[in-house]
Amino acid sequence: MKKYWAVFRIRFSNSLQYRAAALAGVVTQFAWGAMELLAFLAFYKANPAAFPMGFSQTVSYIWLQQAFLALFMVWFFEGEIFDAISDGGIAYDLARPVDLYSRWFCQSAATRLAKAVLRCLPILVVAFIVPAPLRLSLPAGAGQFLLFLVSMALGLGVVVSFSMIVYITTFYTLSPMGVRLIAVALGDFLAGSVIPLPFFPAPFRAVAELLPFAAMQNMPLRIYSGNIAGAAAAQGILLQLFWLAALVGLGRLMMKNALKKVVVQGG
Amino acid sequence: MKLYLRFLSMHLKSQMQYKVSFFLSMAGQFLTSFSVLLGLYFMFSRFNDVDGFTFQQSLLCFATVLMAFSIAECFGRGFDVFPLMLGNGEFDRVLVRPRRAVFQVLASKMDFTRLGRLLQAVLVFCYALPASGVTWTPDKLVTLFLMVSCGSVVFFCLFLIYAGLTFFTTEGLEFMNIFTDGAREFGRYPFSVYGRGVLSFLTFVIPLALFQYYPLLYLLDIKTSVLYMLTPVIGLLFTIPSYVFWRFGLRRYRSTGS
Repeated sequence: MKKYWAVFRIRFSNSLQYRAAALAGVVTQFAWGAMELLAFLAFYKANPAAFPMGFSQTVSYIWLQQAFLALFMVWFFEGEIFDAISDGGIAYDLARPVDLYSRWFCQSAATRLAKAVLRCLPILVVAFIVPAPLRLSLPAGAGQFLLFLVSMALGLGVVVSFSMIVYITTFYTLSPMGVRLIAVALGDFLAGSVIPLPFFPAPFRAVAELLPFAAMQNMPLRIYSGNIAGAAAAQGILLQLFWLAALVGLGRLMMKNALKKVVVQGG
Repeated sequence: MKLYLRFLSMHLKSQMQYKVSFFLSMAGQFLTSFSVLLGLYFMFSRFNDVDGFTFQQSLLCFATVLMAFSIAECFGRGFDVFPLMLGNGEFDRVLVRPRRAVFQVLASKMDFTRLGRLLQAVLVFCYALPASGVTWTPDKLVTLFLMVSCGSVVFFCLFLIYAGLTFFTTEGLEFMNIFTDGAREFGRYPFSVYGRGVLSFLTFVIPLALFQYYPLLYLLDIKTSVLYMLTPVIGLLFTIPSYVFWRFGLRRYRSTGS
């Protein structure tokens, strides 16, 4: 356990170094969130009755999505891991007395967490002081906030275990492009990063809410905003637990299979 | 110009060497903007219109911006990856050659996979042109042509500014993405949707609305003045400050060393 913690810590402090990049990222994400919200505001004004969640809930959803983008972005992958698989560096990794799946898992989680830590605070602070309709509100209560934290940690786990599966498919296909493209385009949309899931048409939404992608940003952001509360929140967290276990199990299985007949590329 | 065509065919040939990868990347480009399109469709199937514009009218904006962007990105890709060129010292070699730096950077890279997005824009146009309820008289077709062509010039200028900034920072600056990728994403609605402040910013500072919102009003017969038809042309003025900025950066350039 200690060595995985070390991997996590090294990666975390390593990623904390890029502060200028983080600052530029903060500005971008803030502007992005503001534009997104202005568009939602226009729709809200056009027809408030058709709005599927409270407007302030949407505001919370979008601001938190931008603040914690690094935790949940499906399209972010570690180039290092792809390289290790396709250029043969993995031979060294396999010689180490560390479980490869856990190592990569810790590494990815740490990078995301470090990016998010650097970026979330300024965005949240500004989001709390912008003028009224766009202002971020506090969570519904202490209990709800606690559920949000739990759900956020699980969401991060689901995202990382999903990207692990994409890494591992590279063992089989060598070129990551194809799988990666489809996984990203589809996953991103179904996770609710283009529009939140409640905005989907009803039948589509019913299916989407059961998929692993709904266990990513959808759950924590909606719990914070109060869109999902009480028993529904507990149920959602159970769903997240289920998908986390399923994806980790699948990933480990695929990896075990792939490593049995791994061909190291390059000489 | 002849030299540019030479480069063009060279890049096309080299990218065609890896056909599978080429078409996969193209499909990827297609898919990513498809999810935006799907989001747009979902929003409009819930709300019939926004700020007085219908789904089909909004699609005209989406396709115009997407098409202008993908043309600019396909040919201006060299400026998009310019930080790399600057960082590895390749740019010093450019400076000693007897051609303009802008030309050489322009010719250094072309990315035809970006045409995946262009294809999508064409498909959306195929649907939206008849469905938007516009009667397509010759002057309206000219307007549409101006929107797309001047739009890609504006996007191209944004790439030029982005590259010019790297003379000062060496690293690419992520916040410029707001004006390039962001404009592509947010251009799916007429820019007036975002309120007065944003609209005037996009009119007078970064002239994105000049080739999207104002000519759209002309297309939809909301405004009949010829001025609205010609706003995309006014947007071409943006080339002046962008080029001046690039020159200014170029003069301050100090090599990064090897």
